[in-house]
Amino acid sequence: MKYAYYPGCSSESSASAYDVTSRTVASALGLEMEEIKDWNCCGATEYFSIDHLPAYSLIARNLALIDPQETPQVVAPCSACYVNLKKTDENMAKYGQLNADVNEALAAGNLSYVPGTVKTRHLLDVIVNDVDPDVMASKVVKPLTGLTLVPYYGCYIGRPEGSFDDVENPQTMDRLLEGLGATVPDYSLKSSCCGGHMTQIGTDVAMGILRRLIDLADRLGADAMVVPCPMCQLNLDVYQSYVNKAFGASYKMPIVYFTQMMGLAFGMDPAELRFEEGVVPVKSMLEKWRTPVSSTKKRKVRDKKALPMPQALPD
Amino acid sequence: MTLDPNSVYAKITSELPGGDKLRTCLQCGMCGGSCPSGEDMDHTPRKLFAMIAAGQDREVLRSNTFWYCVSCYLCTVRCPQEIPITDIMYHLKHQAIEKGLYTTDAVDFSQTFVGLVENYGRAFEFGLATQFYLTHHPLGGLKMGPMALAMMSRGRLNLRPTRIKAIRQLKNILNRAKEIGAGS
Repeated sequence: MKYAYYPGCSSESSASAYDVTSRTVASALGLEMEEIKDWNCCGATEYFSIDHLPAYSLIARNLALIDPQETPQVVAPCSACYVNLKKTDENMAKYGQLNADVNEALAAGNLSYVPGTVKTRHLLDVIVNDVDPDVMASKVVKPLTGLTLVPYYGCYIGRPEGSFDDVENPQTMDRLLEGLGATVPDYSLKSSCCGGHMTQIGTDVAMGILRRLIDLADRLGADAMVVPCPMCQLNLDVYQSYVNKAFGASYKMPIVYFTQMMGLAFGMDPAELRFEEGVVPVKSMLEKWRTPVSSTKKRKVRDKKALPMPQALPD
Repeated sequence: MTLDPNSVYAKITSELPGGDKLRTCLQCGMCGGSCPSGEDMDHTPRKLFAMIAAGQDREVLRSNTFWYCVSCYLCTVRCPQEIPITDIMYHLKHQAIEKGLYTTDAVDFSQTFVGLVENYGRAFEFGLATQFYLTHHPLGGLKMGPMALAMMSRGRLNLRPTRIKAIRQLKNILNRAKEIGAGS
């Protein structure tokens, strides 16, 4: 099936690594994605605060630009875009007045949208649930064996009202990363918020939230935190040095997109996967991945005599 | 008792899609207990909803509660009454802006963001950061300097905005939406 693709504004600047690797990985898996022509911003979390009707109308223009006959589903790699597109479609279906008002606004631009005709999907959902597991398995030529990867979903996977994963304890990315060969610890903060725009407007609030997330990943021995959202990546990566400064800490936690890790496992050249766009260096993680897990390294067995345990007498 | 149509309570229940569910609030406190920034709020969402029901509009709109909302929807998914709490927080910001009763930079951040989107059709991170910090926090802006440099050197900060082709069409849509909103 062919999907409409909504890259979102961060694809053009702060999250270009995500956009590039999303397209590369999707095409490697045979997913056909066609960018919506002349799409506009989804308003992030800002426009709803100012006025909800223009905010809904801004988002609805993107849905109206899609031909549902051609592409009945739209894929968004950014969780904030995903939640806004989905919420607009669902609320227009649920609330008749909102549907009428948004369509009246769209008519001023000779557009219209019938709610329910274009289904919004997150890229993570499409990759895990639409791709044949055998096809996926056949692509994994350089598994991520030996890497401990913490899946951090952020708040929008499965919210606001359920979708492809659990609202509190999502599993999709856990399963994906395990399938790629990584060790995936149980990360209890996986769907806690990254603070969103708080890094800009309420830095102190954001620092505490970010520290908690990075600290737990660090204590779980993570080689990296893996994210499906540009906002989470930006906050955890770009502001990590600020967190270190604020708390006298020295975290060096790489923050990578799940598409980058898929590319690695698919045998793509790390240089093409834009890892260098991360502010926190990923070098040690990549080195660990390149070093084969040594099966020669024998587990140290303690001398039985050294144990303060009762021992059976010989027969 | 008749409700003042301009009260915070009436506006939420009549203007906001799904806002009428606020009537069913049980005061259970699940929202405040779930909130990642709850401890920084003047009042938890639960308390704020009680204040709204009690008609303490001025205190409600002057509180910092909704400005600290990070829009994560955790309260919304946990609310046993399925009240769209995050949307109510958005609407309270809207009402506070309308009445000029806010004491926060957040609104300037939102307005700068929206202004750029209305002009270009796309968000413009560099423009947002420079406009917001230069206008409101020249010193805070300096602190953000190393971050901006780190992003720029990694090609993550576009210095020029992208304008969509049909910007006129978008403006017509948004202007019409604003007219409809103002009339309702």
